[in-house]
Amino acid sequence: MSELTRMTAAELAAKIQAKEVSAVEVTQAHLDRIADVDPAVHAFLHVSTDSALAQARAVDEDVAAGNQPASPLAGVPLALKDVVTMQGAPTTVGSRMLEGWEPPYDATITTRMLEAGIVILGKTNMDEFAMGSSTENSAYGPTHNPWDLDRIPGGSGGGSSAALASFEAALAIGTDTGGSIRQPGAVTGTVGVKPTYGGVSRYGLVAFSSSLDQAGPCARTVMDAALLHEVIGGHDPLDATSINEPVPPVVQAVREGAIGDLRGVKIGVVKEFSGEGYDPGVMVSFNEAVEQLRVLGAEIVEISCPHFKYALSAYYLIAPSECSSNLARFDAMRYGIRVGDNGERSAEEVMSLTREAGFGAEVKRRIMIGTYALSSGYYDAYYGSAQKVRTLIKRDFDAAYEKVDVLVSPTTPTTAFPIGERADNPMAMYLADLCTIPASMAGHPAMSVPSKLSGIDGLPVGLQIMAPALQETRMYRVAAAYEVARNESDGGPLISRVPELEVAR
Amino acid sequence: MKRNPPGVRGVPTISRDEVAHLARLARLAVTEQELDKFAGQLDIILQSVAQVTEVAAEDVPPTSHAVPLTNVFRDDVVRPGLTQQQALSGAPAAEDGRFRVPRILGEEQ
Amino acid sequence: MTAAAELMDYDEVIERFDPVLGLEVHVELSTSTKMFCGCPVVFGAEPNTQVCPTCLGLPGALPVVNAKGIEAAIRIGLALNCEIAEWCRFARKNYFYPDMPKNFQTSQYDEPIAFNGWLDVELEDGTVVRVDIERAHMEEDTGKSLHVGGSTGRIHGAEHSLLDYNRAGVPLIEIVTKPITGTGARAPEVARAYVTALRDLLRALEVSDVRMDQGSVRCDANVSLMAKDATEFGTRTETKNVNSLRSVERAVRFEMTRQAAVLAEGGTIRLETRHFDESTGSTSSGRPKETSEDYRYFPEPDLVPIAPSREWVEELRKTLPEMPAARRKRIQVEWNLTDLELRDLLNVGAVDVIAATVDAGASPAEARAWWVSHLAQEANTRGVELADLPITPAQVADVIKLVAAGTLTNKLARSVVEGVLAGEGEPVEVVEKRGLKVVSDDSALIVAVDEALAGQPDVLEKIRSGKVAAAGAIVGAVMKATKGQADAKRVRELILERANA
Ligand SMILES: [Mg+2]
Ligand SMILES: [Zn+2]
Repeated sequence: MSELTRMTAAELAAKIQAKEVSAVEVTQAHLDRIADVDPAVHAFLHVSTDSALAQARAVDEDVAAGNQPASPLAGVPLALKDVVTMQGAPTTVGSRMLEGWEPPYDATITTRMLEAGIVILGKTNMDEFAMGSSTENSAYGPTHNPWDLDRIPGGSGGGSSAALASFEAALAIGTDTGGSIRQPGAVTGTVGVKPTYGGVSRYGLVAFSSSLDQAGPCARTVMDAALLHEVIGGHDPLDATSINEPVPPVVQAVREGAIGDLRGVKIGVVKEFSGEGYDPGVMVSFNEAVEQLRVLGAEIVEISCPHFKYALSAYYLIAPSECSSNLARFDAMRYGIRVGDNGERSAEEVMSLTREAGFGAEVKRRIMIGTYALSSGYYDAYYGSAQKVRTLIKRDFDAAYEKVDVLVSPTTPTTAFPIGERADNPMAMYLADLCTIPASMAGHPAMSVPSKLSGIDGLPVGLQIMAPALQETRMYRVAAAYEVARNESDGGPLISRVPELEVAR
Repeated sequence: MKRNPPGVRGVPTISRDEVAHLARLARLAVTEQELDKFAGQLDIILQSVAQVTEVAAEDVPPTSHAVPLTNVFRDDVVRPGLTQQQALSGAPAAEDGRFRVPRILGEEQ
Repeated sequence: MTAAAELMDYDEVIERFDPVLGLEVHVELSTSTKMFCGCPVVFGAEPNTQVCPTCLGLPGALPVVNAKGIEAAIRIGLALNCEIAEWCRFARKNYFYPDMPKNFQTSQYDEPIAFNGWLDVELEDGTVVRVDIERAHMEEDTGKSLHVGGSTGRIHGAEHSLLDYNRAGVPLIEIVTKPITGTGARAPEVARAYVTALRDLLRALEVSDVRMDQGSVRCDANVSLMAKDATEFGTRTETKNVNSLRSVERAVRFEMTRQAAVLAEGGTIRLETRHFDESTGSTSSGRPKETSEDYRYFPEPDLVPIAPSREWVEELRKTLPEMPAARRKRIQVEWNLTDLELRDLLNVGAVDVIAATVDAGASPAEARAWWVSHLAQEANTRGVELADLPITPAQVADVIKLVAAGTLTNKLARSVVEGVLAGEGEPVEVVEKRGLKVVSDDSALIVAVDEALAGQPDVLEKIRSGKVAAAGAIVGAVMKATKGQADAKRVRELILERANA
C-alpha cells in the first residue's frame, strides 16, 4: 500500500502545496488502492478515474503556477456518497430504480468541493435511498467492513465509511437522516459529523426525509472532518431550509481542542442511553472515554432526557411519511427504469410495475408505513403525534443545554454486526440508530469519534458528541481534545489498527 | 394540520387487505407473497411506534421543521435551466421533444 | 358513453329547486418565473425548454418560493377583502399523475394565505350580488399532456401520451367561494358575472394576463340543487375547467336542468367531477369523488412557513389599484354617461381602451366615438376583442390629435386607422406612406376650384346671385378631384372667394 493512502487529508494537501508530491500521484495512489481492495470491500458503485485525474491535474497546474490553493484541501481525494448528484457519473442512490441515471446537474456541495480543488474519486455504496443501517439494502450488494469483511460497515453510508477505513479515500461525504453518518463512522473507527440541520445545503441530495436529511463530512481525523465541513457548509439560496449564517469556525475549534484542555467545559452523559441492549464492550469503551474527558478537565454531569425513548418511534413515522412523498416521483415517466411498458399497459400499471421492480423491500416497507401514517384518519395519531414528540425531544435538549455544553453517549448500542444477522428483522435493524436519532429530530449537530476498541470483539466503538444548533465548535473542540488524549493513551490512532486487507492483484 | 381523530390508540392491527390498499395508493404492484410478509412486518413496526400517541398530549405543539426559519423567498428573476436535450436525457422514452409515456387512464385532478 | 341526459325545463327547475353554486377559479400569475424555481413562464415555448431540475422533479432538486408569487397572492387576497394569514405553510397534496413531476402538488391545505373575503358582482341590470370568498391559496400548475392515437385526440382511446413540463410549476392562485345561495333563476348569470368581475379585478391588479382562452384563468363550477322545502344542500357536481365566460353560464344552467331532471325522477346526484363540452353545451360524467384519492396532505418540509408581517401587508395594500367597480362609477361621472351607455361600453369591452385613449391625450367623447363605432365594427368582423385589435389606444389618440390639428379630415383619419390595422406602422407613418395629408396648399386648391366653377357655370351664376348654399355642389367636385385630401371648410371659403372675384 502506498504511504500516500495512509496520510490524513491535511497532510496530503500540505505535501501537494509544498510540491513534495503531485495531486495526480495522490489520486493515482488512491485509484490503485481502490483497484486492489474494493473487490473485497465494495465501497464504490462507480469510480470516476478520468475526471478524478483531470481534477488532480488542474490542482497541480495551480500549484505550478504559484496560485493560492483553492482551499486547504486542494488535491485531496474524496469518496462521494451516491445520494449526491454529480454530472458525468451515475447517481443511483443504491437503487435499481435509478440504475445508470446520470443527473444533468451538480449538487451544491459537489460544486463547492470541486471549486475547493477536492478530487472526487467516485460514488459510494449505500442502503437504497439511505434507508438502512448496514448497507445491506443496496441493490448493488453489500459493502464489507474493513475491520472484518463478514460484518456490516454501518449504514446507510457504509460505502463512505468503508472507503475511509480501507484507505481508498482520505475524505468522504455522508448524509445523515437518523444516524447514517455517525453510525457507519462508529462501526468503522472513523469520524463522522452530522452538522446542524440547514448548515449544509441539501440541494442535489436525493431526498429521503426532507426535514431530517443532512450531508456532512466523514474522515479519519477530527481535523480532516472540520476542514471538509468548512468547504461544504454555509448558506445556499437554492435550499430554502439552509441557514443564512456563516459556517461555524470548526477548524479553529479543533486547533483549540487539540491543546488538550477541557477545563470549564461541562459535559452531560445521557442517562437513557445505557442498560438493556447495550453491548458491555461498547459501554466499557464509552465509560473510559467519559473518564478521559474528565481527566482533560471537563466537568461530567449525568443528564436525563426522558422523551428520548420515544425518538425512535417518532422517527419511524416521520421519516417514512416524508419518504412516501419524496419517492413518489420515481414513476418511470421522466427518468430511471421503466418496467412492463408493452404498448398495452396504461401509465398507472407501468408505474406500479416499475416501482414494484425498482424498489427493494425496505423501501417498499417504509413507503407503505408512511402512506399509512399520512392517510386521513391516521394522520393525527401517527404523523401528528410524531411531530409533537419532536417538540418534546427538543425541550429535553433545551433543558439539558441549560446545564451542560455538550452531551455524550455511545454512538450505537453495539459494534458492527455480521452481514445478514438482522436482514429480515426490521425492528432489530432500527435499534442501531437508537442513540443518533434524537439529535436528528432536533436538527442539532452531532458527531462520532472513535473511542477504544471493544474489549469483547475487538471492533471499533464510537463516542457520540452532541451540541446545540449551530454550536458545532463546542463538539469539535471536545472531539479534538479527546482524539489527542485517546491516541496518546492507546498508542496511536485507532485507524492504524485496521487489519491489512488482502490485495486483489 | 388538523384531521379527524381516528380513535387509534394502543395496538394497531393491519390486515392483508389494508396492506393491499396501501400498496395501491403507493403504486406498488406487490406480489401475494409480499402481502403476507409486509402485513406481518408493518404490524410489528406500527405496534412499536404507536407509543408516540402516549406522550403526544393536546397542548404540545407539533414541530414540522427542525430549524425555525420563516419567509425564505427568492427574487422573481429567471435562472438558466436545462436544455430540452438535458431535460430528456434520462427519459425512458421521448418523442418530439416530449416525454413519451404509456396511455394515461385516470383523470387530471 | 351514457345516453344524452334528460333535462328539465328551466322555469320548472326554478319553481321546484334552489340552486347552490360554488366556484373555484385557478389563476396563473404573470410573474417572470415559476412559483418554486427560476424557469420562465412564457406561453407557447418549445416543449421542455422552460424546465430545470426543480420543476422537472429531478431527484435532489429543491423548491424556493418566488417572492413575487407571495406578493401577488396577498394583493389578490386584499383586493378580495380577505384576511391575510399571519402565519401559513405550503403543504404537499399527494397523488400520482404523469403531468405532475413530483407526484405531489405543492399547494396550501388548511392554512391558506388569504381567507374570509367577498367580492361584489354587478349583473347586467345593475343588481349587485355579494359573493363570499372562502379562501385564496397558492399552488403550482401541472405540465401538459398530449394524447396520441385514437380518433379524438383526447385521453380516451389514446395509444400513448407526450408530456411537456413547461407549464409545470407556474404559479397559481386558487380562489374558492363560499356556497352562493339565493340567486334562483339568475344563478348561471351570477356565475358568469362573478368570473367576469374576478377577471377584471385580476387584470386591474396586473397579476395575471387573464386569458381564459390560453388557460390562464380556469373555472371549476360546483352546482347543486335543493328542493324548495329542503334545509340542507343537495349533492353537488364539479364541472372542471370551464374555459370561457359564456361556458361558465352554460355549464351552470345545464347542470341545473340535468340535476333537476334526475331528482324529479327520484334519482340521486352522484358526487363527481364532470366535463363541459363546448360544442354541445352539455356536461358529461367524470371521476366519482367518493372513491377519490386520499391526498395525504402534510406540511411541505422543503419550504419554511410564511409569516407576512403586518407592515408588509399594509404596504401591499397601498399598491392596490382603484377597484374596477369604483373605477366604473368614476368614469361614468367623468365621461358623462347614462347607465345604459356605460353598460354598452362594458359589454363591448371598450372601457379600458377608451380610458387608455383618454389617458393618451384624447377627449373622452372622441375616444368613445372611435372605439364604439368604427373599431367595434372592425373587432366584430375579425371576431376578436377590442383590446386585441392591432391598434393601441395611444395610436387612436394620435389619430384624434391629427384631426384636431387639421392635418387629417375625419375621412382621412379612417384611412389612417385602416393603415394602422393593416400593420403599416404608426399613424404618422401611414399618413406619410399613403399620402393622406390634407391639401393645405391654396394654389393647388385654387386650380381645382376654378376648374370646378368653370365646369358648372350655372352653379357659379347661382353663387354670384347670393345663393351661397349652391357652393355645396362645387365643394363635392373639388373634394372628388383632390381625392378627399382637401379641407372642406377651406374649399368652401375659396369657392366663395373665387366666384366673387
Ligand atoms: Mg388546487
Ligand atoms: Zn424550473
